[in-house]
Parts: sequence; structure tokens; C-alpha cells
Amino acid sequence: MQIEQAQSATIAAPTRSRKNRPIRPFVSDTAISVLGFLALVSIWEGAVSAFQVPDFVLPAPSAIVTSLFQGLASGVFVRNFLVTGFQTVAGFLVAALVGTALGALVAQFAIVERVVYPWLVALQTLPKIAIAPLIIIWAGYGIGSKVIIVALVAIFPVLVNTIMGLKSCDRGKLDLMRSLGAGRWETFRVVQLPNALPFIFAGLNVAIVMAILGSIVGEFVGSKSGLGNLILEANFQFDVARIFAVLVLLGLFGVLLSQIMGFVQRRLLFWNK
Amino acid sequence: MSLVASYPRRAGQPYVPDRPFQEAVRLRAVSKIYETESGETVHALSNINLDVRSGEFLSVIGASGCGKTTLLRIIAGLEGGYDGELSLRGDSASQVRRNVGIVFQDSNLLPWRNILQNVLLPAQVLRLDRRASIERAHELIELVGLKGFEHKYPYELSGGMRQRISIARALVHDPAVLLMDEPFGALDALTREVMNVEVLKIWEATNKTVFMITHSISEAVFMGDRVVVMSPRPGRVVAEVDIALPRPRNIETLSGEAFAAYTGQLRRLLDIGSSRKEGA
Ligand SMILES: Nc1ncnc2c1ncn2[C@@H]1O[C@H](COP(=O)(O)OP(=O)(O)OP(=O)(O)O)[C@@H](O)[C@H]1O
Ligand SMILES: [Mg+2]
Repeated sequence: MQIEQAQSATIAAPTRSRKNRPIRPFVSDTAISVLGFLALVSIWEGAVSAFQVPDFVLPAPSAIVTSLFQGLASGVFVRNFLVTGFQTVAGFLVAALVGTALGALVAQFAIVERVVYPWLVALQTLPKIAIAPLIIIWAGYGIGSKVIIVALVAIFPVLVNTIMGLKSCDRGKLDLMRSLGAGRWETFRVVQLPNALPFIFAGLNVAIVMAILGSIVGEFVGSKSGLGNLILEANFQFDVARIFAVLVLLGLFGVLLSQIMGFVQRRLLFWNK
Repeated sequence: MSLVASYPRRAGQPYVPDRPFQEAVRLRAVSKIYETESGETVHALSNINLDVRSGEFLSVIGASGCGKTTLLRIIAGLEGGYDGELSLRGDSASQVRRNVGIVFQDSNLLPWRNILQNVLLPAQVLRLDRRASIERAHELIELVGLKGFEHKYPYELSGGMRQRISIARALVHDPAVLLMDEPFGALDALTREVMNVEVLKIWEATNKTVFMITHSISEAVFMGDRVVVMSPRPGRVVAEVDIALPRPRNIETLSGEAFAAYTGQLRRLLDIGSSRKEGA
């Protein structure tokens, strides 16, 4: 019962692959959204120059593109992107591994569940971001503290979904293993873990979003580099075009990560129909 | 083969030797009471005495909720905490396990494994020789008429095909006893008849002992050497009817007079079983 409460806070239902999507509507959908985007950008550009909106309030799209290219050419964006990218991916991987392992322990051993679960429920509702300043104090301004923050923020959806997924195994499959005399570890490996994968992936998809969030907020709280740090710097200098340029980078980063996740998911969960 | 039997035991506990017996499965005074979480008790089985003879095809019928699945689960070693005595053949607990194959009502295939890997599951868990098992799995997949589907996945198969695969899986470790719990319950009438004939062919070819639960009187008669009729809860054995229809049986058997006589007799027995309960 507690699991369900905790689960409703962060978790999406297991997603299904959309392999049978018809081709035609997809093509025209893309066309429509590209056209819509172009229209919006044109209006924006036109409005900014027509009303002579100052750059530090709302820069024109052309100014953002210019800033983006300048940042990329000077190497500043690349350097900071690598920092944020590394933090995010490393923290996410830690969250994925530790979250799955801890979830497995909770689901498999009643003692672990009794000891750990109340803590999980309590921590689940706590905004993990609020711990970020503390982590910065303990672990410093470098990359390490951000990896910890990212892992902390991203671990909960993985953990809770792993527990859910492992517990959701239907009795028939477990009976089948039991009738053959399979041990606990073998049943876990052969039946429960694969059965939980769709749930775990639903958790990982949430975790990816949380990881980027944790990375940027961690940098806001205290950092020497990274895209979040760049945003803060640009903010102090009223360089709004640069803020937008970094946001574009962050958006592309998010899309890249979710594409990778989608790819892995389609490979691993092709049977989940 | 030495003979080993069990006495009241928990599920998964070793079997304790008993005096020799000839049957494939022997149940003596088996009763089962479930305790629900709310503290209520459900008397599922009451004093079941039943022999399943080696090599016979035994059908079990009875009203819904009369304890048929419970009985099967006890025989399969999935249900502990019962009274009475269950005996199965085998030298050790693990060998007894190898001697039983189960077909559940739901095919229970693992969706992430292809058909061949699914059929191989019991061989894998029982640590049987891999090469020989793969060969056997191929034979069985051919026997259930699904040659060529080895590398497909369960979602690519129809319900009937999946159930056939689960029958192949139950046979891959070559058990002496095949337990089936309404194996065709989820299938349409047409597929069901085809499957009945197929399973009879498999049974004739493999010489197994079969214990099959069904809701269909005609299926019970068509397939069984013997039909056991159970009363509504608490489940008791009301009657055991020998079915003396000639084999091999086929679709023509269904339209014979003798067949109709048996189904009529069983229908009356089922009625008596349930009216007794209402009268009590
Ligand atoms: N785990 C359980 N806990 C409590 N009661 C149970 C449990 N399993 C079965 N029962 C009860 O035992 C009785 C017999 O159940 P069982 O599943 O053996 O019936 P069945 O003959 O197989 O029915 P059906 O034909 O509908 O499958 C039922 O009344 C059921 O409610
Ligand atoms: Mg049943």
C-alpha cells in the first residue's frame, strides 16, 4: 500500500513501443511541427525588430543563433557542455545501478524492506534538491558533488519502479519456477528481473529528466563550470541571448538522451506488447 | 526404480520414503483447509482418496471452486499445509520434480524468451544436458505442430499456439506424469477439439500418465481412460467412471451412442454432487 502511495508521486506507467505507427500521418505531423516552428520563429524575429525590444529583455532568434555559434566557436560551450554532460550521465548511471540493486534487495528480502522502506517513503516526499547546498558543502564545488546530487535526485523513480516491477510478477510464472525447484536467485534472474524491465525503464525515463534537472540546479547552487554555471554568468551580465543559446543546448542534450533511452528500450523490450 | 512417497509436508520439502506402491500418483485422505488473511477458513478438499495409474489418462471434472486446482497444486508440490498422504514415484525430491510436468490454464510463457528458449526452460532449471535438451525441444515443437516457430516470440503466436508450446515445455524434461489444469479453457470450441485430438496423439506417442482438469464433460470423456467427478466445496471424489471407448479416438467418437451415454451419466453425477450440497 505504501509503495503505491510513494509510486504515484514520480512514476509513469510502463510505456509501450510504437512500432506499428502508420507512416503517412507521421510524415505530415513532422512537416506541420517544422512549419509551425518556423512560423513562430519568424513572428518572434519580426516582432522583436518591429517593436525594438531590447536584447536584455528578449533577444531575436538571430541574436540567439549568433550567440550560439560564438559560444561553440570559442570552445566555451563545448567545454562546459562536457562537464554537465558527464555529471548528468555519470549520476544517472549511478542512480540506475544503485536504484535497481537496492530495489531488488527491498523486493527480495523482507528484512531489508522492513528496515529500508520507511526511510524510502520519508525521503521520497522530501525535495531532494533541497539537500544540494549541503552536498556542495560536503563534496565541494567540483564535478563530484554534482554527480552525487544527480544520483540522489534520479535514484527514487528507479528504485520505486524496480520494487513495483519485481513485486508485480504474476503467480503463474513463479509457480512454474517453483514446480521445477528453481532457487530464489534463479527465479529472480530468469523471471522476476526481465518481468520488471518495463517498469524499470519507465523509472529510468523519469530519472533522465531528473538527472538533467539535478545537474543544472547543482551548478546553480555552487560550481565552477558547466552549462548551469554559464546560465548564471550570462544572467549577471544580462546576456539573455547567451542564456537562450545554452537553453537550446540543454534542449538538444535532453532530446539526445531520451533518443538513446528509446533506442535501448526498443532493443531490450521488443517483446513488451 | 525405487519408490518414494511423502507424508504431510510443506511445499518444496523433501519426500519421506513410504511403503512401495504401483500407481503414478497416490492420494490418501488428503484434506486441505485454506486460511484467508481475514481469519476465515475455506475447506477446499475433504478426504480425497485417489490413485492415478501409471500410463492412464485421467480426467477430473467438478463444479467451479470445488478444489480441482488445489488438488493439482498439491500433487505438483506447490501447495503445502495439507492433511493426508501424497505419494509420487522417484528416488529423491529432485527426481520427483523431474517426473512431473505442468500445463497451467494460462500458458505462462516468458514473453522475453523465444519459443525454443521457453520450451527449454525446465531443462535449464533442472540442469539437464543442453545439447540433448535442444534436440528434444525441437522434436516436441514439431510434435505440437509448430515447427519453424522456434525463433518467434510469444507475442507473435495465437492463444492456441501458445498453449501448445506450454505443452511442449511441460514435456521437455520427459516427465512420467503430466498435470494439466484446464489446458484448453481459454480456447474457442474449434481450436479446442483440434487440440484434444493432438494431445491424445501426443499421449499415445509418449506413454505418459496424464491428470487433466477440465470443465467440459465431453472433453473429459473424449480424452480420458477414467473420469473422476468431484463434489462442490469441500471437494470430495463423488465417482470414478471408467471410459471404455476404443482407442485411438477421433472426431467420430464424439457422435457415437456410447459417448452420449457417458456424458449423460457424468452430467447426472455432477447434478447429484451439487444437489447433495444444497440439501445439506
Ligand atoms: N490461496 C488461497 N487462499 C484461500 N482460499 C483459496 C486459495 N486458493 C483457493 N482457495 C479456495 O479454495 C477453493 C477451491 O479452489 P480451487 O482453485 O482449487 O477450485 P477449482 O475447482 O480449481 O475451481 P475452478 O474450476 O473455478 O478453477 C475455492 O473456494 C477457493 O476460493
Ligand atoms: Mg481451477
